[in-house]
Amino acid sequence: MAGNKDLQTSEVKTKKEKRIDVIVFILLSLGAVAMVFPLIYMVCASFMTKGQILSGKFSLIPRPFKSGTYHEVIFESNFLQGVRNTMLVEIPVLIVGGFTSSLAAFSFSKLRFKGKGGIFLGLLATMMIPFAVIMIPQYVMFTRWGITDSLLPLILPGLFGNVSMIFFLRQNLTSVPYEFVEAAKIDGCGYFKMYYSIFFPLMKGAVMTQIILWFMGIWNDYLAPTIFVANDKWHTLQVVIRQFNSQYAVNSNYPLIMTASVLALIPTLLLFFFFQRFIIESMAISGVKG
Amino acid sequence: MGKRNNTPQKKRMSKAAFRENCYGLAFVAPPFIGFLVFMAFPIVFAFVASLTTWNGMNNMLEHFVGFNNYIKLFTDAKFWKVLGHTVTYMIGIPIGMFLGVFIAMGMNRKIKGIRILRTMYYVPVISSLVAVAILWAFVFNYDNGLFNVIIKAITGQKGPNWLGNPFWVKVSMIIFMTWKGLGTSIILYLSGLQSIPRDYYEAAKIDGASGWTLFKNITWPLVSPVTFYLLITGMIGGFQVFVEVLVMLPKGGLNYSAATVVFYLYDKFAANKYGYASAMAFLLAIFIFIITFINFKGQDKWVKTID
Repeated sequence: MAGNKDLQTSEVKTKKEKRIDVIVFILLSLGAVAMVFPLIYMVCASFMTKGQILSGKFSLIPRPFKSGTYHEVIFESNFLQGVRNTMLVEIPVLIVGGFTSSLAAFSFSKLRFKGKGGIFLGLLATMMIPFAVIMIPQYVMFTRWGITDSLLPLILPGLFGNVSMIFFLRQNLTSVPYEFVEAAKIDGCGYFKMYYSIFFPLMKGAVMTQIILWFMGIWNDYLAPTIFVANDKWHTLQVVIRQFNSQYAVNSNYPLIMTASVLALIPTLLLFFFFQRFIIESMAISGVKG
Repeated sequence: MGKRNNTPQKKRMSKAAFRENCYGLAFVAPPFIGFLVFMAFPIVFAFVASLTTWNGMNNMLEHFVGFNNYIKLFTDAKFWKVLGHTVTYMIGIPIGMFLGVFIAMGMNRKIKGIRILRTMYYVPVISSLVAVAILWAFVFNYDNGLFNVIIKAITGQKGPNWLGNPFWVKVSMIIFMTWKGLGTSIILYLSGLQSIPRDYYEAAKIDGASGWTLFKNITWPLVSPVTFYLLITGMIGGFQVFVEVLVMLPKGGLNYSAATVVFYLYDKFAANKYGYASAMAFLLAIFIFIITFINFKGQDKWVKTID
């Protein structure tokens, strides 16, 4: 032990403090392991045979180790079709919706126009409306429009922007001084040019974070796809996973169900691990600012 | 045109201001149109539908029944039952707060490697609800689930029928939802704790305050904005619990013992009782509105901010 000299922090921890640190760390580690344990078990179970799980004995290590279930889920089911459908929703929504949201956020933050406060409040109020209220009218609307046979019910609403993204980006722009707008005006810069050559670059980081969060939201969404999309051909990944569950739970094919769930989790987990600093930061901001 | 510009009548917009006004409105037009089409119109529509016995096929306005659906709801025993379950599940909110604030306090200490733990606690939050609900349905499985297999290995006896028993199913749902949301509470409390100036604690320590007094008089009051936020969002979300139940117990559990308000609403919707389902949805929105309102009114009494 090199001793206290190595402590770079300004405050030197006492022996008692250090002992508390050790206890706290152990307790928190136990909690953290308990938190991820079900997920670890899910991964283990996905490599087990049906027989091993149904034996009723606790075991973590798959014996025999069976990876064929992954091949079965990916290539012999409609799993890939589900992924494709989800991506067909993600791409247009994130590109167009990301554009409309950031443009609106710029306008709400930096431009002067009539009814600004009212429109903004109206948009914010929608965050309080339960999905259950608009679910039936939207279902009727999409049926009348004749689009329940496609992914359009999931794509269309997203194209108009996302309220929490607008709110977050607007918050982000408050730190940019108004002089930027004035200087641009003097140079004869148009409003749209002002958005894409000055303000969009300034909020690029925040836009990226919000797009990642939105991506995860669409990826994980189950309710809208299951209600609004009538044709099996257009089922998104979450709906496919859920169907696996109801189909295979009957004959207790848990390895297959767990495999499908593991695969459905991987993309969001990867995104989270790579961008966790930004994701956690924006989560914390939304909470502290209310 | 020119004439108009030269006469300074009342307060008229300058040409430049008018231009800015147009562009400003045009830029917020997409979300505003989206709001009108996908939110405002559906809300009005849902309210009108809630006053009818519309089933999707018949003419809605010809089946106007006034507030009958709402009156029927108040005497619908099943509705009260599912409302009871929905509120019961909210026990998870204070449990999550309690665990969240203490774990966050531990994480607020400068310990090497603590960040990895933070990530571990947060993983359930970003996981797909359907996938983890499927996982937990398996964990709670009576015969081969993780819980009962472990209980059997330790005690030699069979554990409870988690999802099959009207009491244990509620415990199961609360465990599941607390697990799913704990990461959020921790992150928010942690950022709340980090904004508390250290001098507060040092000053109190000089006065001889003990750990518990520090928590009660400094920490807890100063993280009250976070508690407030978690309470509001927890209750708004709590009233809308649905997918969790649908995935884990597709029929709402034994004798409907796990069903929530939205689960019941969805049943009615699936049975083409659009009028009745809309009334329930509206009542739900009113509940949420009232609770948010009460919380905001009571906010001044217990929510403290620094300075």
